[in-house]
Amino acid sequence: MSQLESIREIFDFHGGIHPAEMKSLSNQTAITKAAIPPKLILPLQQHIGKASKVIVEIGQHVLKGQTLAEADGFISVALHAPTSGKIEDITDHAIAHPSGQSDRCIILIPDGQDQWCELQACRDYTRLSAQEIQTKVQHAGIAGMGGAGFPTEVKLHPPKQNNVETYILNAAECEPYITSDDRLLRERANEVVAGMAMVASVLKPTTCLIGIEDNKPEAISALKAAISEIDDINNTRIELAIIPTKYPSGGEKQLIKLLTNKEVPNGKIPAEIGIVCQNVATVAAIYRAIRFGEPLISRITTLTGLHIPNRGNVEVLLGTPIDWLLCEYGYKVPESGTQRLIMGGPMMGFTLSHADIPIVKTTNCILAPNDTELPLAPPAQACIRCGLCSEACPAELLPQQLYWFSRAEEYEKAAHHNLFDCIECGACSYVCPSAIPLVQYYRHAKGEIKQQQASLKKSDQARKRFEARQARLDREHAEKEEKRKARAEAAAKAQAAKKAAKPEASDTPLTETPSTEKKPAIIAPAPELDLSALKTAWDNAQNKLNKMYDALDAAKEKNPEQVTKLSRAVEKNQMRVNQAKHAWQKASEEQSKPTEQSEQAVILGNIAEKGEL
Amino acid sequence: MSVAVIVIITAILALSGLAIVFGALLGFASVRFKVEGNPIVDEIDSLLPQTQCGQCGHPGCRPYAESIAAGEEINKCPPGGEATINALAALLDIDAPELDAEHGEEKPKQVAIIREDECIGCTKCIQACPIDAILGSAKHMHTVIESECTGCDLCVEPCPVDCIDLIPLDNGLATWHWDAPKPLQIIASDKIPHSEGAIA
Repeated sequence: MSQLESIREIFDFHGGIHPAEMKSLSNQTAITKAAIPPKLILPLQQHIGKASKVIVEIGQHVLKGQTLAEADGFISVALHAPTSGKIEDITDHAIAHPSGQSDRCIILIPDGQDQWCELQACRDYTRLSAQEIQTKVQHAGIAGMGGAGFPTEVKLHPPKQNNVETYILNAAECEPYITSDDRLLRERANEVVAGMAMVASVLKPTTCLIGIEDNKPEAISALKAAISEIDDINNTRIELAIIPTKYPSGGEKQLIKLLTNKEVPNGKIPAEIGIVCQNVATVAAIYRAIRFGEPLISRITTLTGLHIPNRGNVEVLLGTPIDWLLCEYGYKVPESGTQRLIMGGPMMGFTLSHADIPIVKTTNCILAPNDTELPLAPPAQACIRCGLCSEACPAELLPQQLYWFSRAEEYEKAAHHNLFDCIECGACSYVCPSAIPLVQYYRHAKGEIKQQQASLKKSDQARKRFEARQARLDREHAEKEEKRKARAEAAAKAQAAKKAAKPEASDTPLTETPSTEKKPAIIAPAPELDLSALKTAWDNAQNKLNKMYDALDAAKEKNPEQVTKLSRAVEKNQMRVNQAKHAWQKASEEQSKPTEQSEQAVILGNIAEKGEL
Repeated sequence: MSVAVIVIITAILALSGLAIVFGALLGFASVRFKVEGNPIVDEIDSLLPQTQCGQCGHPGCRPYAESIAAGEEINKCPPGGEATINALAALLDIDAPELDAEHGEEKPKQVAIIREDECIGCTKCIQACPIDAILGSAKHMHTVIESECTGCDLCVEPCPVDCIDLIPLDNGLATWHWDAPKPLQIIASDKIPHSEGAIA
């Protein structure tokens, strides 16, 4: 073992700081088990990705370990009942979030029985296929417990083209105050190493590494003992890499740099360079999920800070309200000074707005410091361009430039200076002699940029939809036009056909009228016939007029230049129709005056002819 | 004498030869690399918020982009607000004016919601929506596709039963981000002396 550990070369990452560790405040006592609280608040989103989907109902009785909400999609995890009890409500409740906002939570009232549901234990994981292990991890609802909360099952599905070369277990725990991984390793190193073996059997890496800072000698010896007890996994021995204590060596990218000298490319995940990195607590949870079938329902959280009398690490059910837990461990709201509760460590954690907030899968530490150990940040002063921040930056960025750009809202330039490679470790703010809250500037700028990108995406989408609608309207209009044209053409054809048929129809008045002129004697005895001829002529003229109206309507749509011409023609026709009508009326009144009638008939015949136009 | 003439003629020939060659080259380039449409319109259009609300007096964002390219004022877009004005001013290299209040005020992002019980299914809002974000058919209840709605307000007016509300967009956890620190600048004498034993 000692041989292997000496072989491995340890590299270094740029920058880093050495804040006071303050770990002995909480790592001197064994992990205690917190009692079951009177109420559990289980947020549906305790991980990165989509919130879980509730599958229980209000009022339902659930057993310990029963699934309350299942994963919704690939990047999501399930949620289980930490103890048996009744679902009291599914409602919005304040959650552990820097915004202090509320989110959907399942409220569970424990019944005190703590009765497990049926669990599927597995003595020998080597009999399980990789897929079975992945499924078990997925069903256990495990998300990265180091702080980020990335769904663990996703990490067990590395991109196919990149075989995992190195599997790293992150036991660095570099942040001051936090000792939950330290205590876990001291007391349950076997579980951690066994869990690591299970993951390694899925990922099949060529190298298995445990990265641990040299400030945890007890944990290191416990790990050594555990490693010596375990068989090789796929002919791969687990190696222990002891790294010098420097914040933030526990950052995923920094640890990878320390152990492999590789850098994760901008915007990529470690799996793309053949590395998978996991936290020890996550691996311990994987072990319990596979060996005993237990889902993730509790975690080890460090309760520390001088305001908590019984400091230490506590195994606490997920969903336990922090105020209740702190009360159990003797915390009293300080009468003087500021009352601050920090979730996470002093470097990367955030201050809670109040304590009625549940412990979640990512809560590794609750810090209640007094004003002397962790004073409030003094007011920010002007940047003196000392450059200490860029010396401290573990991501090799230019914090000062990023600060200026973020402050001036020149987000594009900030992004150009790789703002998104900032891991928000707080090293720059820590060393800043002007106490500028640099990280907050970066967080704000990141949020603004993301918001801008989102609104840009939305406006692009809106533009696409607008253009699609415009195209649709144009198409519909064109179709309508096409139909109208077709109708007009059909009408014109019909008219032409009628015109062809017309001579026969108009024959009667036409042939008859000249005959009346020539042979008035014949007509004279038959005034009745003449009258009916007049009526026919009037009807014909009327029909023609109607057709003219149609033609005018069509012309209005198609060729406006003809409209005036046509309307003039229509007017004329209208006049003729009136004349015809008048003539017929006159004729019917004065049946005895054939000459007049015949005159009218001549006129009518002319009208009928002209009416053709 | 004749040498001088030859020199002059050679020079003239050489220069006119060059002129012909470059002229041909430029002529070819103007045909080959012809830019269709006005590229500045696309750039302006990409900066506009695409709400298609018509508050600028144009029937959509693109027509407004076209008139900006033709010299219209850039301060007529209330949904884009100051950010859009600044971006346009930077693009066009002009001073950023104040938002023209005549066209409306800058409001937080909104989304239209149909009170579905009251909807009579008249389809008027569907016809009014510039981005087809309202779903429904005649005599059936309509609903707004919230993720697509730009909050342009155009569906509110045609509704005969006033069952459309514009509500501010939910500022939930998904869109939350850190506030900017207060740009507090103090002088050294204002500084609180560090207490003994401090670690940070």
